[in-house]
Amino acid sequence: MLDLSLTHRVGQFTLSAFLSIGPGVTTITGPSGAGKSTLLSLIAGLSRPTQGRILLNGQILVDTETKQFLAPHRRHVGHVFQEARLFPHLNVRHNLLYGRLFGGRGRPGPALDMIVDLLDIAPLLHRRPRDLSGGERQRVAIGRALLSNPSLLLLDEPLSALDSGRRAELLPYLRRLRDGTGLPMLYVTHQRQEVADLATGWVRVEEGTVRVDQ
Amino acid sequence: MGSFTPEEITAIWLSVKVACWATAVSLVPGILVAWLLARRSFPGRILLDGLVHLPLVLPPVVTGYILLLLFGRNGPVGRILADMGIVLAFNWTGAVLACSVMAFPLLVRAIRLSMEAVDTRLEGAAAGLGAPPWAVFLTVTLPLSLPGILSGAILCFAKALGEFGATITFVAAIPGVTQTLPAAIYGLTQVPGGDAAALRLTMVAAFIAIVALTASELLARRVRRRVEGRDA
Repeated sequence: MLDLSLTHRVGQFTLSAFLSIGPGVTTITGPSGAGKSTLLSLIAGLSRPTQGRILLNGQILVDTETKQFLAPHRRHVGHVFQEARLFPHLNVRHNLLYGRLFGGRGRPGPALDMIVDLLDIAPLLHRRPRDLSGGERQRVAIGRALLSNPSLLLLDEPLSALDSGRRAELLPYLRRLRDGTGLPMLYVTHQRQEVADLATGWVRVEEGTVRVDQ
Repeated sequence: MGSFTPEEITAIWLSVKVACWATAVSLVPGILVAWLLARRSFPGRILLDGLVHLPLVLPPVVTGYILLLLFGRNGPVGRILADMGIVLAFNWTGAVLACSVMAFPLLVRAIRLSMEAVDTRLEGAAAGLGAPPWAVFLTVTLPLSLPGILSGAILCFAKALGEFGATITFVAAIPGVTQTLPAAIYGLTQVPGGDAAALRLTMVAAFIAIVALTASELLARRVRRRVEGRDA
């Protein structure tokens, strides 16, 4: 469960969010510049809200009143971006296992085999990121985020850099992810099709206001 | 051309030793300073940048003289080191210091440029996967800037091998102790009949430089391939 109650000012722009987001896939839609990416960066800890707090499963990620701020690497929030951002100097296997180096601390995560099967990336394990197609890269990026054992997964238009064919190819994996892991996900998208296919919850961001969409 | 005199061989050996040590000693501080300049903003950043580049713009003799004032037997730092039994002035270790200081700007520049070229979004992705800042540096920033670190180290070695002005000012050119290759060549050009020997040593200096540069280019190519992931 993710609880947000915050207002965040950047210049003239104000983002306000007062809502709770439950398990499943919650899609975040809204026009460009409405504050979707700002919202994700606040949750990931890449920026601090001007005022308010964010709780993830009862743990305080940030609270401006008590001046608490959990560094991004301590948040257990996985992040998948438009571009895969794979480490070019590591092969796919080592990219996938990267988060394992730091995940530990008595939180057993998903097994590598399980994630590899889920995303069908077994044949890619010994390849380098530059030898992968866009869709393959994105699957590896999703796998890498999952194996870091997050409590919440943020997906920021993960399919927008792909053509429609590749997009259709990836959607079933995302559905498998939703039904197979029970991991709460926030999914930013512009595509009606992705919303229809994946969403179990709907959030809309418009002119800086985040609200639950019916 | 005749064979090398023992004194010449000592000068060659000393130069290589000094250049190797200067590179080894500068590498870790060079990486840290390059990282500070490339990735951090802090008060005094411009000052640090200027200080690092100072030996590049000062006449080498001036740099050597400043070192003598600081690290000489009566200098503020030299006295403390002397109490610990470390004497730099007129010693080969002083030549290492002089060469390190002179080569440092080249080393830092090369490493800094390659660190600035590392995509900060990859560093952000690493943090998102749970990597604390020191781990992001060791597992992402450092390996991805390895080609620059390597070429910086070679530049540093080459510069140290040829350093003359600061070295001769700080540690003089005592045969067998602090007389490096360039100092020996300079000495030979100042005495009648020294031309043949000077030419011999000049060819040695050119040979060492070419071998070092070729080796570094080959190594850099391999590293670049690995880092950029072209070998699947």
